[in-house]
Amino acid sequence: MKSHVWRPLFVAVGLILLILVVRTFLVPDDFGVWERGYMYGWHRKGNEEEWKKVTVKYRTKAYCKECHAEKVESIGRSPHGILQCENCHGPAMNHPEDPPTLTIDRSRELCLRCHAKLVTPSSGRAGIPGIDPVTHNPEAECSLCHDPHHPNLEELKRHE
Amino acid sequence: MNRREFLKRSIVVVAGMALPTAALELIDPKKLLAAKPELRWVFLVDTYKCVGCGFCVKACKIENEVPYDADVTRTWVERYVITRDGKTHIDTPKGALNGFTSRKIDIGQGHTEEIRDEDIVQSFFVPKLCNQCENPPCVQVCPVGATYQTADGVVLVDRKWCIGCGYCIMGCPYGVRFFHPVYKVAEKCNFCYHRISKGMKTACVDACPFSARRIGNLRDPNDPVTKVIMTERVAILKEEYGTKPQVYYLGLSKEVR
Repeated sequence: MKSHVWRPLFVAVGLILLILVVRTFLVPDDFGVWERGYMYGWHRKGNEEEWKKVTVKYRTKAYCKECHAEKVESIGRSPHGILQCENCHGPAMNHPEDPPTLTIDRSRELCLRCHAKLVTPSSGRAGIPGIDPVTHNPEAECSLCHDPHHPNLEELKRHE
Repeated sequence: MNRREFLKRSIVVVAGMALPTAALELIDPKKLLAAKPELRWVFLVDTYKCVGCGFCVKACKIENEVPYDADVTRTWVERYVITRDGKTHIDTPKGALNGFTSRKIDIGQGHTEEIRDEDIVQSFFVPKLCNQCENPPCVQVCPVGATYQTADGVVLVDRKWCIGCGYCIMGCPYGVRFFHPVYKVAEKCNFCYHRISKGMKTACVDACPFSARRIGNLRDPNDPVTKVIMTERVAILKEEYGTKPQVYYLGLSKEVR
């Protein structure tokens, strides 16, 4: 067995053994083949839990309602009632603890997302009242004349 | 061995050979359950209802901590404008993060194209997101087992395991994967796994004012989304790839790729 041919083979076998030993320490116990088989389910099971732990930032209207029930209810009856509060007021996160106040987006750009007039036959956009942002009071903030919570101008007069 | 013994043994051998190997296999209940689990997330997009406001993109980026101004996004909205000459113009400025506020079509590199209103035959919006394919090619190509499919059908990426080789980004026929600029690993839409596993809806579904986006459970026959998929004319993207996407579209037309 004492041959120059065998010696490298021992080195190779030793290396493979070393790699196998190191591998048992490095690969977590939950790494393996799970529900969807080797082709689609070969993974670290614990990662599924890691993804579930991501913090929820957008808490939806149901969360706003816990404190602002009256507002959610009255605005819900206006044409803008279909919008989530957080679309304009920003994600609630842990409001009122963190953040204590929400940053409201009052920019023209926010309103223009829906109300910039586009030619879009075969899309729901065609049914939304729209303006040309270049000619329709370009310097003014929309909320100067329109109440975002009661967008109908006629209705707005009644509120005043 | 006498004659009687010989015949006895022959019968045993023949009977044994006649037995299919499948009959000897023990049925693993776990495997059976995995083949037909109680829950399979499915998504429905109604392109008639989408108005291109982009609130979904905004909510997605904030909810999932994708750098807001970077040119990468888990979901986006495309605008299709089909003109009288038969041409299709497609754009998605910043993935429609700020919606579509201009009539000009973004043709890239800061250039825009103007289309006369009277030339427009059709124009509509198509939201895109990960299809959570039944046969995800992105998972097949991952060399390290960093991306995988959960039992409820969502394809996830293990950020600790991903080596950033980019095979999955090349492998996805829908182009929904990208490199996360902060974590430097593959990133994709995961149907807001942290929300749907808590009984909530995805951030984009919640943000959509027109219910153009909906999520449901394909295994529940009473689920309103499943009912639409089963009874109405829905389409999927790039069917010819055999990926079996699980995002269904209402009102998809041939121009949409």
